Amino acid sequence: MPELSTSLGRLALPNPILTASGCAGYGRELHQFFDIADLGAVVTKSIQLRPRSGRPTPRMAETPSGMLNSIGLQGPGIDSFIEHDLAWLASVGARTVVSIAAGRVEDYAELTRRLAGHQAVSMIEVNISCPNVESRGQVFACDPQASSRVMQAARRAADETSTTPPPLFAKLSPDVTDITQIARCCAESGADGLSLINTLLGLVIDTDSMAPALGGITGGLSGPAIRPVAVRCVWQVHQALPALPILGMGGIRSGLDALQFVLAGASAVSVGTAVFGDPDAPMRVLAELEAELDARGFTSLQDAIGFAHLDAEERASRLKASA
Amino acid sequence: MTKPVHETAEIFAVRKVGAYTEFTVVAPGLTAGFRPGHFVAVAVGGENTAMILRRAFALYGANQNEGYAGTIQFVVASNGPGTQWLVQRQVGERLDLVGPLGTPFTLPAPGTGAVLVGGGYGAAPLLPLAQALLTQDSPVEIVLGAANTDRLFGELAAKRLVGQVTVTTDDGSAGTKGWVTDELPAALDRVGAASTAASASGARARLYACGPMGMLRAVGDLAAARGITAQVAVEEAMACGIGVCMTCVLPVRGTDGASRFVRSCVDGPVFDASAIRWADVGTLPPDLVGADAMGGH
Repeated sequence: MPELSTSLGRLALPNPILTASGCAGYGRELHQFFDIADLGAVVTKSIQLRPRSGRPTPRMAETPSGMLNSIGLQGPGIDSFIEHDLAWLASVGARTVVSIAAGRVEDYAELTRRLAGHQAVSMIEVNISCPNVESRGQVFACDPQASSRVMQAARRAADETSTTPPPLFAKLSPDVTDITQIARCCAESGADGLSLINTLLGLVIDTDSMAPALGGITGGLSGPAIRPVAVRCVWQVHQALPALPILGMGGIRSGLDALQFVLAGASAVSVGTAVFGDPDAPMRVLAELEAELDARGFTSLQDAIGFAHLDAEERASRLKASA
Repeated sequence: MTKPVHETAEIFAVRKVGAYTEFTVVAPGLTAGFRPGHFVAVAVGGENTAMILRRAFALYGANQNEGYAGTIQFVVASNGPGTQWLVQRQVGERLDLVGPLGTPFTLPAPGTGAVLVGGGYGAAPLLPLAQALLTQDSPVEIVLGAANTDRLFGELAAKRLVGQVTVTTDDGSAGTKGWVTDELPAALDRVGAASTAASASGARARLYACGPMGMLRAVGDLAAARGITAQVAVEEAMACGIGVCMTCVLPVRGTDGASRFVRSCVDGPVFDASAIRWADVGTLPPDLVGADAMGGH
């Protein structure tokens, strides 16, 4: 069977399957179904400085091949997270990618300082799809300059905190005109890689009440419905910045779905919304991906990363060489 | 806490009961840790369906049959594309199940009386609860309510268990026309008189309820007025059922006095009615832990 090890920046992983932020809590619940230390890594729900209640219900509406959510980043805050959740993740041997979120540039820096020197943190995923409270709620990830400022601040904080800080990835929103422009800004501001993609902004109207279905009015669309958008984003960014590692996500439900992201240029993938319907989805996707790589003659996952960008002749000769 | 399992399970029996469909499924892994109040999350739509989320149903029973594979039972009301798909399944087909899930009911001191109140198919989890209460010599009264006869569930099974059942319907098509809460004071007095034990608080009866939120709130109000405990099983919309998605939250007062949004799938579905802030469901009360951090987004 093919070699599945991979890397995200300096972080080496035994396999390319991670959970997705907001779809696996802090790991405890899924650990009832499989050993989360067997994952490439657990990606936590986004953590902020202070505890957050989240938004009022209803928080979810099922949509065709997807769902719309408006949770509002409910969470315990960084202190409780480090003391209870991160400690537990370390105790079971899980590699942990900590997702951080904030409404101010300085808060992203502070969160990075709290985490960058912590030995249980394998990587920091900077969720910049948050409203900037200092700029009338404009989402950081939708503004190249705001994205840059967050990543510069996080980079500086990480480098000041540790001589060997964990990789910093920026998680981008697909709700932009040109995702490669934001990707470039993040890379130039010190991001070690990118997580692609966050949810798409959506709205569902309840035709009984004739009002928005969610308490938060709009919500984030996830699930297989957004997969082609996500694969397109991975493709475009990999083409524009081929050396930049990509963690791909958006509607992955099977090994073949994961393979699409890898072929488009992702070094690893996150299984997100599929977990809500199948708590065993991450390990199932891993097994399926392994079988699909093998069926296509790949001896290593690394050979498949970005493979779809090659022309037909190059694809044929590489497969022959590895056979 | 019972560890849930993920099991592909064969349908053993399907029975139409009024407006509902009752499933019996061969799922030995789910029977092991079953307690009344647990629920099961069922995948709908088949492989590669566009309906990506499970549907949650209170467990109506779980039998670890000697010499046979264990079975579970649950009751489905068809009210959307997912449940419409489910009620068309037939004996021999297989279902993808996760369970048992949630925090179940707790039992009072043996001998303490209990009144069980079921709204519609909310009666389902109360029947195994009645059985557990009877086993510990607690006198049990069952009050069932529904919009009409068709939407009533469990009357015969309840009668077999406890002898007498009080029924109310909104339209008077079965039992007394009116609300379940109209019948509760008399039922509580009857089980209180029959109780052989008093709880630590001195109360001689406990209320249990499952059904629509309005009914649960009314039961909680009545319990508060009488100074007794009511345990209610809520039916909140869920995405995952296992505690990761945070969609099914309710504003609940904790033992520390602080209120938080808590998950009905893991911390519930059974709650002490007095802990739920009924008037604040669907809102963001400003005193909730972390509500102050919500400004801006």
